[in-house]
Amino acid sequence: MSRFKSDARHPIHVSLNGEPVAGEAEPRTLLSDFLRHRLGATGTHVGCEHGVCGACTVVVDGMLTRSCLTLAAQVDGCEIRTVEGLAPAADRLGVLQQAFRRHHALQCGFCTAGILMSLDHYLARNPAPTEAEIRDLLSGHLCRCTGYTPIIQAALEAAAQLASSKKETSDA
Amino acid sequence: MVQAAVQSANSVDQGDDKPWVGRSIERVEDAALLSGRGRFIDDLGVQPGTLHATILRSPHAHADIVSIDVEAARRLPGVAAVLTGEQIKAVTTSLVVGVKAPVECWPIAVERVRYVGEPVAVIVATDRARAEDAAELINVAYRPRAATVDPLGAIAPGAPVLHDGFPGNLASDRAFRYGDPEKAFADAPHRFSIDIRYPRNSCTPIETYGVVASHDAGEDAFEVLANFQGPFSIHTVIARALKVPGNRLRLRTPPDSGGSFGVKQGVFPYIVLIAAAARVTGRPVKWIEDRLEHLTASVSATNRATTLAAAVAADGKILALDWDQVEDCGAHLRAPEPATLYRMHGNMTGAYDIGHVRIRNRVVVTNKTPTGLNRGFGGPQVYFALERLVQRIAIGLGLDPLDVIERNLIEAGAFPYRTATGALLDSGNYQDAIARAVEQGRLAELKARRDAARAEGRLYGIGFTAVVEPSVSNMGYITTVLTAAERRKAGPKNGAQATATVGLDPVGSVTVHVASVPQGQGHRTVLSQVVADVFGLEPKDIRVNTEIDTAKDAWSIASGNYASRFAAAVAGTAKIAAERVAGRLARIAASQLNVEAADIVFARGFVTSKQNPENRIAFSRVAALSHWSPGSLPDDAGQTIRETVFWTPPELTPPGEDDRINSSLCHGFIFDFCGVEIDRITLQTRIDRYVTMHDCGTILHPGMVNGQIRGGFAQALGAALYEEYAYAEDGSFLTGTLADYLLPTTTEVPEPEIFHMETPSPFTPLGAKGVGEGNCMSTPVCLANAVADALGVADITLPLVPARLAELVRGAEPPPPADGVAAAPARESDRRLRGEGQASVRGTPEQVWVMLLDPATLQSIIPGCQRVDKITETHFRADVTLGIGPVTGRYRADVELFDLDPPRAVTLRGGATGALGFGSAEGRVTLAPDGSGGTKLTYSYDAAIGGKIASIGGRLLDGATRVIIGQFFAALARRAGGGGASGGFSLLALLAKVAGLFGGRR
Repeated sequence: MSRFKSDARHPIHVSLNGEPVAGEAEPRTLLSDFLRHRLGATGTHVGCEHGVCGACTVVVDGMLTRSCLTLAAQVDGCEIRTVEGLAPAADRLGVLQQAFRRHHALQCGFCTAGILMSLDHYLARNPAPTEAEIRDLLSGHLCRCTGYTPIIQAALEAAAQLASSKKETSDA
Repeated sequence: MVQAAVQSANSVDQGDDKPWVGRSIERVEDAALLSGRGRFIDDLGVQPGTLHATILRSPHAHADIVSIDVEAARRLPGVAAVLTGEQIKAVTTSLVVGVKAPVECWPIAVERVRYVGEPVAVIVATDRARAEDAAELINVAYRPRAATVDPLGAIAPGAPVLHDGFPGNLASDRAFRYGDPEKAFADAPHRFSIDIRYPRNSCTPIETYGVVASHDAGEDAFEVLANFQGPFSIHTVIARALKVPGNRLRLRTPPDSGGSFGVKQGVFPYIVLIAAAARVTGRPVKWIEDRLEHLTASVSATNRATTLAAAVAADGKILALDWDQVEDCGAHLRAPEPATLYRMHGNMTGAYDIGHVRIRNRVVVTNKTPTGLNRGFGGPQVYFALERLVQRIAIGLGLDPLDVIERNLIEAGAFPYRTATGALLDSGNYQDAIARAVEQGRLAELKARRDAARAEGRLYGIGFTAVVEPSVSNMGYITTVLTAAERRKAGPKNGAQATATVGLDPVGSVTVHVASVPQGQGHRTVLSQVVADVFGLEPKDIRVNTEIDTAKDAWSIASGNYASRFAAAVAGTAKIAAERVAGRLARIAASQLNVEAADIVFARGFVTSKQNPENRIAFSRVAALSHWSPGSLPDDAGQTIRETVFWTPPELTPPGEDDRINSSLCHGFIFDFCGVEIDRITLQTRIDRYVTMHDCGTILHPGMVNGQIRGGFAQALGAALYEEYAYAEDGSFLTGTLADYLLPTTTEVPEPEIFHMETPSPFTPLGAKGVGEGNCMSTPVCLANAVADALGVADITLPLVPARLAELVRGAEPPPPADGVAAAPARESDRRLRGEGQASVRGTPEQVWVMLLDPATLQSIIPGCQRVDKITETHFRADVTLGIGPVTGRYRADVELFDLDPPRAVTLRGGATGALGFGSAEGRVTLAPDGSGGTKLTYSYDAAIGGKIASIGGRLLDGATRVIIGQFFAALARRAGGGGASGGFSLLALLAKVAGLFGGRR
């Protein structure tokens, strides 16, 4: 295992939403700060910096990860997915994002990126969740605006849509 | 149920000629927010060379600053400046205080700290991490003073005084009398009274404060970008503090803000601090608050001690109220306080027709974070007392609580209705609202559920609340804190100037700008609906900008996002501005179409003759004419390029000579009832059903209105069941993380059943009233009433955590049986650390003794130890850096040895301080041969800690303790040549423990 000098910056290479990118980070630099301030991926937000609020949640090598509790140095060579990678095109939203918009599942939108990442990750593995399962999953995210219900409804509706479109694809 | 409610909120009727207002269209804000393209303050770039600030804060609730040594911090490479109170004072003046008193209010501690988290130094460096490194090198010597944290304790004789200008900690004491309350009380057959302690809490947005400031020395002008929410009356406070006229303070807001709920009004002292730092360094300076800072020291709602008495007739009719409110505004009375206490002044009789009222309002200061805006703003405190009292009256008279509510409601035919204290209630039909809620919310069935649950021996209760929700504050209500004579001297203050600008560009597309500073409420979407209706366009044709720039935009002191003023005031003003433009466009179109202006209608993108719909012209063509060919406009049309409207309702007059005040323009009505069940074993409160009926006048966007209700309900649920900004008696702050300050999550928040009726306000352009704050006022007391009903208890204090309910149901918990640990008597409030243990180390007691008293050995084995200095044979100083959970800090420990009995025993006593906390401790260590050539160490210690480290939660401290003790033992064993540890001991344990780092228990 390589040893970093504490007072120097070190190059960190990652795949960010499928694109190879690199930036320099001190050993103490958090992944959240690295994403936002070095790579310019400001869609990931920082709400508490102690792993409770969930706003900074990203996917690292297929694992849901609190980027505020992860060092940039830990993800060298990893594949990272963030909210910027969710939409199929710059002018088009994905199924989950559209469901959020329809259901008014966001107000200020600050916590939303983390919630979307958790749901996107979960729904890919659990295509037919119950409301209780979604509530359990999202209990690791704090939202101060919505009272949560519209988020739950958006998630359930998106899950149903994703499942039916997958079915259509496999039937074809 | 949930599904149906959400779907009905989302159904979009596409009928072409129906107005857009009233439809739940998708929000224009959402595409960017959902794809990571929001533009929050920390997402925006800064000018190259911008410096970054961090703030060193007080670990003490009340202490004199003896000295601040910043030399080492200043010398650190990358550090541009370290500013203490002295330096800030040199370039600013005190913030204005809202009452007449000889006190100063600085945004940073000057000579004395008065609350945990009060800024002590601002460190400015090339990046945030460097600034934080430097902050750890600052040594502040404090001389602690006694602290006072309870509002009634603070005004008791002998309490420590915070400000000499507030003798006895009393900042204001006013008495009011309306009608003839004395006679009403004397004549009434019944008198009921209740004592309330409403706790501290906050709506805690997920985005924290942020400020970027720069200073142009040539013009002595400041530019500030901050996620400030208004009111912009605060702009005058900031400019004054920075010693510039208002036109030299350009205040801008970012396009997006991550929630506020009032809280981001409190960023303003930090605007002053960061702007001052920009001035001193000559460079732009940026500061983003962290979560610990936010919870500890951003802003809080007020806590309040209230005694409320009612004179009551035999049938439950309330004849008079007698309020005694003691408002706790924390360590400084910051603008606009004591506004929390006076916001509700016109509404002290709630939804009831009560003719006689007496009020005593006292404002006190305590060693806690200064207070400010918070959703509900004064409403939760008032309604908790009033609606708890209504329940008490019902129980006392053997009546149904709902009957008592209904008996006292203002008559439906009485609107507009003037309350005893001066509010002019605009419209409503409270009886009808309650009748509908009872039916649609199935109260009869809920009562049957209660009866069935009780028959099974379960704890089930039903609570009711009726609330009038004021919105659009009168800028003059706060002057009710002054006497009529003082008001005459100060000049009149009143009104609520709202502003909106509608502009047409050369291709005829429409732009709207308002100074409403939304923080997530979707103002851009609603304004696009309102203006689209006026021009016969679609919302997507209207582009709305809600950023504010005080140097270029129309604004007033009333601008901003507070007092639920958007729908009622701002959206209506946008409608007026659009109508003015439309009126001129109609004249232009009339001349082009050869018809009368009265024959013109705006529909489907055209300006059309009503008589002959074929005779029409494209909206964009008419709209552009003012740019391209002003000469061809009819003489009376005027320009149609841009129209700015200011609107203030005439009903908002200043307080009268008799102290009556119409504190708000509109008054929505809420009736809530709920059923709760309390688990007999865990005493957890489960909401079985929550019904909330709202009349907020005309509904502009049903989806957003329901969003506001759900969001307010969830925050109120938190305030009722979980949340409290908790302080120890010594002023230590105990809830500095989101693992300690518990916000409700998806698993705690049920979906309320929301019902509406619409009684339009006659006072607002769209008939709309505010809706965002109501549940913060109604829900805490509705839940409390239900819990009181379930448990059959008279007194309920929030939050309703199971431990508190256990005390109500089972009595106070007896102290734990003595377990052999020498437990020194301690103040209950401190974070006490007590422990004992044993360890075995190779080497004789003599050898270990020498090692443990040798600075070089200690330095090498204490985790994080930078140096140990031996001052005398029995006096050590050590610098230790340790990180626990989110907080890493450097501590300076000072330890003296007593009762030395080499090599058998020693007593240690000492203290430690650091940026993150302070502590003191005493311990006894004994060494004995273990019979096989090694040494058995036995120790016990007793310590108390405070400051930031006390805020971060016992569970973190416990885990860290085990790690640090383990590290120390491994190092000691290595140094001693092997051996193992069977417990945890060390001088380190004591050194670091006194530094506040060991095994905390609340």
